[in-house]
Amino acid sequence: MKPSVQQRETTGWGRYPRALCYLFRPERVREVAEVLQHGGMSSYLPRGLGRAYGDAALNSEQGVLLMERLDRYLAFDTETGLLRCEGGVALADIIATFLPRGWFLPVTPGTKFCTVGACVACDVHGKNHHHDGSIGNFVRSLTLLLPNGETVRCSREQNADLFYATIGGMGLTGIILEVELQLRRVETAWIVVDYVRTRDLDETLRTFHERDANYLYSVAWLDCVAQGRGFGRGVLMFGRHAVTDDLPPARRPNPFVIPRKRDKSVPFDLPEFVLNPLSLQAFNNLYYATHPAREGILVDYNTYFYPLDSILQWNRAYGKRGFVQWQCVLPYENGVKSLDDILRTAQQRRTYPFLSVLKRMGESSGGMLSFPMPGYTIALDFPVRRGLFEVLNELDAIVLEAGGRLYLAKDARMSAETFHATYALLPRWREVKAQVDPQGLLQSDLARRLQIVEGGK
Amino acid sequence: MRRVLIVGATSPLARYMAHEFAKQGDALFLAARDEDELERVASDMRIRFGATVHTGLFDAAAIETHEAFWQQVLQAMDGLDGVVWVAGSMDGLEEAFRDPRAVRRLIDVNFTGAASLLTLAACYFEQQGSGFIAGVSSVAGDRGRGQNYPYGAAKGGLSLFLQGLRNRLSKKGVQVTTIKPGFIDTRMTWGRDKLPFLASPQRVAQESVQAILRGKDIAYVPAVWWLVMLVIRAIPERVFKRMNI
Ligand SMILES: Cc1cc2nc3c(=O)[nH]c(=O)nc-3n(C[C@H](O)[C@H](O)[C@H](O)COP(=O)(O)OP(=O)(O)OC[C@H]3O[C@@H](n4cnc5c(N)ncnc54)[C@H](O)[C@@H]3O)c2cc1C
Ligand SMILES: NC(=O)c1ccc[n+]([C@@H]2O[C@H](COP(=O)([O-])OP(=O)(O)OC[C@H]3O[C@@H](n4cnc5c(N)ncnc54)[C@H](OP(=O)(O)O)[C@@H]3O)[C@@H](O)[C@H]2O)c1
Repeated sequence: MKPSVQQRETTGWGRYPRALCYLFRPERVREVAEVLQHGGMSSYLPRGLGRAYGDAALNSEQGVLLMERLDRYLAFDTETGLLRCEGGVALADIIATFLPRGWFLPVTPGTKFCTVGACVACDVHGKNHHHDGSIGNFVRSLTLLLPNGETVRCSREQNADLFYATIGGMGLTGIILEVELQLRRVETAWIVVDYVRTRDLDETLRTFHERDANYLYSVAWLDCVAQGRGFGRGVLMFGRHAVTDDLPPARRPNPFVIPRKRDKSVPFDLPEFVLNPLSLQAFNNLYYATHPAREGILVDYNTYFYPLDSILQWNRAYGKRGFVQWQCVLPYENGVKSLDDILRTAQQRRTYPFLSVLKRMGESSGGMLSFPMPGYTIALDFPVRRGLFEVLNELDAIVLEAGGRLYLAKDARMSAETFHATYALLPRWREVKAQVDPQGLLQSDLARRLQIVEGGK
Repeated sequence: MRRVLIVGATSPLARYMAHEFAKQGDALFLAARDEDELERVASDMRIRFGATVHTGLFDAAAIETHEAFWQQVLQAMDGLDGVVWVAGSMDGLEEAFRDPRAVRRLIDVNFTGAASLLTLAACYFEQQGSGFIAGVSSVAGDRGRGQNYPYGAAKGGLSLFLQGLRNRLSKKGVQVTTIKPGFIDTRMTWGRDKLPFLASPQRVAQESVQAILRGKDIAYVPAVWWLVMLVIRAIPERVFKRMNI
């Protein structure tokens, strides 16, 4: 029987760009292969919950497979915390199910409303990258559906090339049906946080280097509006999982219970003038002023890892033209100077990001198209405006010069040249792609724009 | 702890209904035709809820197998406290407008199969003097429509069958609940545009199990469908027959 399809205008989390896609939504594992075979499209792409910002989960005028209904747990070892589950399981579900039993995600992005399959496909990093690397490091094995209909397992020992091509492979090497993921043992649902407020970029980076080795988690919010002496000032947030003894006695009997927050929501697109240099300056000043240095603060995991998740549909705050998130990584060598350049260039062009987050990264997981490399990573949010992309091209040039790269899960606009010049293992990845998908059945708008796939259609 | 058989357990609606029972510590027997999917749904529930879950293959249309199946369930569960019939199908609806075999197939799966198994269940619970039977019918069974009457007629038959069972069994301590969902966001509706009051399978499941546990006779889920169907049933036939809904 021909699988049902729904035609719909679709976007990533940034709501830029928009694409008309043909959506399939398999509810049984077998149906995934049936869609590839009988869906009647010339290409397909798996999609999770659409939290990648740009065009990574879009396939214009072609097939998109929503994986969200394939969300079953298949095996869990209560001794070791090894979980085997389907690719459509949401991180929020894993937390809700396993945190009360003392297990947390080994790596988490800044939202829990995304699927584990997509997190592997993007090889996501979290605030512990300097310590643990990306999620790929915690993946024991994957079960993939290949375009030819074959289901294969891959791991570091078995089909290793396919494994490393799929971790960070942006859904282009096969559909991740199952993931074997190592969870992390924790004693509580709380994080102990030390806040450090810094005066300028130099101090911000120095503080990272001096202190982050002592913490599992570290991240900094940067004030991108402040100029002159306060340029690059910020608030660093260092964290570790609280143990029971860290909790006030009243909370110790129920260490996994946290207060319930009421969700807020942005009900409509905010007009674009709401985000202007003046309001941004006010916001940045306020944030800076309200985050003095404090040590040993207990924060629940939602507040620490997912501050934005409690504001549903916050992506509408950027207006109806949408926004892009620009995230780069800069190797340590010349990293400071490049970072300085990037922030200054943005300021000179009066292109102020609403949010800017800085982190230090450690070793790569080995994923051939994985983003992380040792260095600084900075993520900046910009509403889409006339002239924005010219400025971002200037920033790209700085990254290219520094030997860094941009994150595919966030990108919506870099050039194919920039991509090819910065992802050194692309030729090896293409060899694997050619083997498992000689017809190029798995495609995306991202892949076409950046010419990731040879002779892509 | 109750022991509950769920038929058609590979559907999203049934899966989430099973979750609602498992959350309360009930033991479950999940049945359908698709072995691989049954195993996935079952292992998921064992991990999520630490639930006791058995599985077994069941084909609604293969009526000659039902008695053996019923014995298998009773044995595995060491008796039963409830049966929830969720199986149903709209596959082959287009053919059913022309092809007698196709229409028979639809009616077998949606009506005859249900009537057959629920007859075994009725006798068992009647003798036991306790238990519940719940059947997922559909608002499509409330009035015959040109677009889906082969399916609607089978569901309408199921509704009447359940009503009769209720009348027979209510004196024997056995509760019978008829569940009439409106549009549910599953493969049956995927690809159809702008359906009114489309509800998630999670929500329909929660409300359905609530209705069962509260001992309701007939439950429209979501409840708004009670009003919608009240209006639709009230339209005089000479007007209705000209309408295209
Ligand atoms: C608020 C916010 C904070 C974020 N913070 C971070 C962060 O700190 N670190 C970080 O690394 N990322 C971060 N991200 C990005 C996001 O976490 C990742 O892009 C994530 O993978 C999105 O998951 P998704 O289920 O929404 O996938 P989608 O956006 O739907 O898809 C993303 C990619 O995964 C592929 N894919 C999806 N499912 C499968 C599958 N089953 N098999 C194969 N490929 C598949 C798609 O083809 C696509 O290429 C953040 C995003 C948001 C919105
Ligand atoms: N979706 C709606 O809008 C809607 C509205 C009103 C009522 N309903 C009813 O709700 C129920 C669940 O539907 P759904 O939307 O979740 O659709 P679904 O996923 O297609 O579910 C159908 C279920 O019935 C089972 N089934 C089909 N043929 C069978 C057979 N011959 N023998 C045994 N089991 C059989 C299937 O299991 P196997 O394939 O594994 O056997 C599956 O579990 C159905 O009764 C449907 O009629 C649905």
